[in-house]
Amino acid sequence: MATLKELSRMPELLSPGHRLCPGCGAPILVRLVLRAASEHGGVVAGVATGCLEVSTSIFPYTAWRCSFIHNAFENVAATISGVETAYKALKAKGKVEGNFKFVAFGGDGGTYDIGLQALSGALERGHDMVYICYDNEAYMNTGIQRSSSTPFAAHTTTCPVGKVRKGKTEFPKDLTGIVAAHRIPYVAQASISHWNDLYRKLQKAFSVEGPAFLNVLTPCTRGWRFPSDETVEMARLAVETCFWPLYEVEDGRWKVTFKPRQKKPLEEWVKRQGRFRHLLQPENRHLLEQAQAEVDKRWEELLARSE
Amino acid sequence: MSEELKGYRELPIGGLIVEPGNAVTYRTGTWRTFRPVWHEDKCIHCLFCWVYCPDAAVQVKDGKMTGFDYEHCKGCGICAHECPRDAITMEKE
Amino acid sequence: MAERMALTGNEAVAYAMMQINPDVVAAYPITPQTALMQKFADFVADGEVDTELVLVESEHSAMSAVVGAAAAGARAMTATAANGLALMWEILYIAASTRLPIVMPVVNRALSAPINILCDHSDTMGARDSGWIQLFSENAQEAYDNTIQAVRIAEHRDVLTPVMVTLDGFIISHGLEVVEVLDKEAVQDFVGEYEPAYTLLDPEHPITFGPIDFSDYYMEHKRSQVDGIEAARRVIPEVGREFGERFGRRYGMIEEYGTDGAEALLVALGSTAGSAKAVVDDMRERGLPVGLVKIRAFRPFPYEELREALGKARAVAVMDRSISFGAQAGPLAVEVRSALYGLSPPVRDYIYGLGGRNITLEEIGDILQEALEMAKTEEAEPLVKYVSVRE
Repeated sequence: MATLKELSRMPELLSPGHRLCPGCGAPILVRLVLRAASEHGGVVAGVATGCLEVSTSIFPYTAWRCSFIHNAFENVAATISGVETAYKALKAKGKVEGNFKFVAFGGDGGTYDIGLQALSGALERGHDMVYICYDNEAYMNTGIQRSSSTPFAAHTTTCPVGKVRKGKTEFPKDLTGIVAAHRIPYVAQASISHWNDLYRKLQKAFSVEGPAFLNVLTPCTRGWRFPSDETVEMARLAVETCFWPLYEVEDGRWKVTFKPRQKKPLEEWVKRQGRFRHLLQPENRHLLEQAQAEVDKRWEELLARSE
Repeated sequence: MSEELKGYRELPIGGLIVEPGNAVTYRTGTWRTFRPVWHEDKCIHCLFCWVYCPDAAVQVKDGKMTGFDYEHCKGCGICAHECPRDAITMEKE
Repeated sequence: MAERMALTGNEAVAYAMMQINPDVVAAYPITPQTALMQKFADFVADGEVDTELVLVESEHSAMSAVVGAAAAGARAMTATAANGLALMWEILYIAASTRLPIVMPVVNRALSAPINILCDHSDTMGARDSGWIQLFSENAQEAYDNTIQAVRIAEHRDVLTPVMVTLDGFIISHGLEVVEVLDKEAVQDFVGEYEPAYTLLDPEHPITFGPIDFSDYYMEHKRSQVDGIEAARRVIPEVGREFGERFGRRYGMIEEYGTDGAEALLVALGSTAGSAKAVVDDMRERGLPVGLVKIRAFRPFPYEELREALGKARAVAVMDRSISFGAQAGPLAVEVRSALYGLSPPVRDYIYGLGGRNITLEEIGDILQEALEMAKTEEAEPLVKYVSVRE
């Protein structure tokens, strides 16, 4: 547990002067992650290629005040596995002092898709690390291309809305569920809008021994097409429509951590974003209905398996 | 933002950057079109602005909001949008 | 106590690794490397090393994990072959450009397609531009010796460049030989304690590893990287000389065998050089002026040493165990011709042994006979010949 006042007293491990877009959701998340990690000692952050990595480490500048490693796009989980293993080996020999926490950051592209193998391997091997997926629902760094996290019917540059096709034709991959199937000690889904729930989950993740994983929604003002001051609100609406439920899986026990008082219709979220603009047209109504049906289905399934 | 470009012999090996957080010398404040203006009288120091700022540009001392780091604030407006007391307004730069 | 043991090449390298006792090893199986890692895993299971063994889920992750471990200041190794090396190709460049002193035995095997698990050099040749130092081994003893020396070469402060130690698939990796396994303490003393140039795990000095460059800095970073591998030209023979002084077997960039008075010289890599020595012995006994230049360090390529060794020859026959498609000749021949720029002995390339196709002593003898012919006619054409290919 921590209050904002307490958090504000902790060192800022991601400096200002990074070049993420105004209103980017990712650094809001990173600032909290690094705090939770630093409660335990030193921090090593691995970051997959993507917006976060590129914008915070433009030579000769780095916004990282803790150690940072970028290797490639698909291998942050494998890279951090190596760092963690080195720490274990060196600590046993007395060559390294102090405690360290190891956190791997990947976007949805680098986690759901190209990074899935490395993630699965690292989780299966049981490394003592935390993997944070900052999910902005597309390959944003390369200009808004479809990932397996992109919502149904969303416009991206590789599944654009045109005369014949109307955006993504698949529903998003349930990555959090896939990770939970690895039966690691702690898995959670969170949102930057619900900072308290998020921070509590981060604290749990960094406290368990073994792998922990958080999938956190970090809206992208450019890719989702909404004004830059609405980032946190877009995350909040995703939660309140149950598109992005907040839950955790602790040693295999599923628990929803936030139930909206009034489940809002998906349209409340959809209508605020340019990438869903076409869904407001009457001829595309059926797509919105399909999307709503899937959200409802997944929400019911989640409730059924939660305590 | 002019800096002298270094020759290869002056660089650390392997592309390393050995000055942690030196990005703070890069003034992203020049990106702004709108700037946040703090109305202290309305502020309840909830610190939502502080936690939701992507650029850590909200200054806090001893648990109280004290103002903005205009060297780095990009003017995104999240702070104003999230403030529960309208204690921050966005004004043309 | 040094001990003479009957070991396969894979086992010999596993012994070397055991004696080096690296902090971290990542392992993924691929023929013909598999038995190497299995042997090392036995050492781990018996508590004979302190190594943390990470059984990764692919070679790409093997190299990625080793990069992470090395960046965190650990002495880290992995081993692979063929398609496994090809899979880690992206990360090889990253390991070299971030100046990590990783040592990796590579058991030379053909690249697909068609899939072929037997010996050829196409795998490591495909990585010759990656920035890694590449040392070729003639036999199991050399594979063992090279692995140990590789640690000193890679970690040398002026070098700080990863090293690939190759051994021919099946021929060396699975062939049983008598290998002198050195005393463990002596090996430990030779490789010394690893003092990383930098580490992620220094809380007083956090570092950023792997930034993005734009066109303002990338060339400078690359130019800086060149200095590292170039320093190896001096360090490889230095370490080889020290190894010789301590353990009786001295190593350099190349090895000249029977080159005195030789008019026709053969240039070869790996186990074929061993076979060629037997052919050279036999032919010289019969009064034929032939010799062999064996290349040990393929990267950095020993242009000067080769120029000196080959400059006096009247003809050069190069043996390439891989093809560089679309090039004038195989990778070794192209380098040899480049080394001889300005000098003009005829140089012919013999592409042989692909996918484990056997090369016989007789065939090597024929090549040297042709080279003697070339010395008389001064005619290199055809520039490339394929040995024992059915038309």
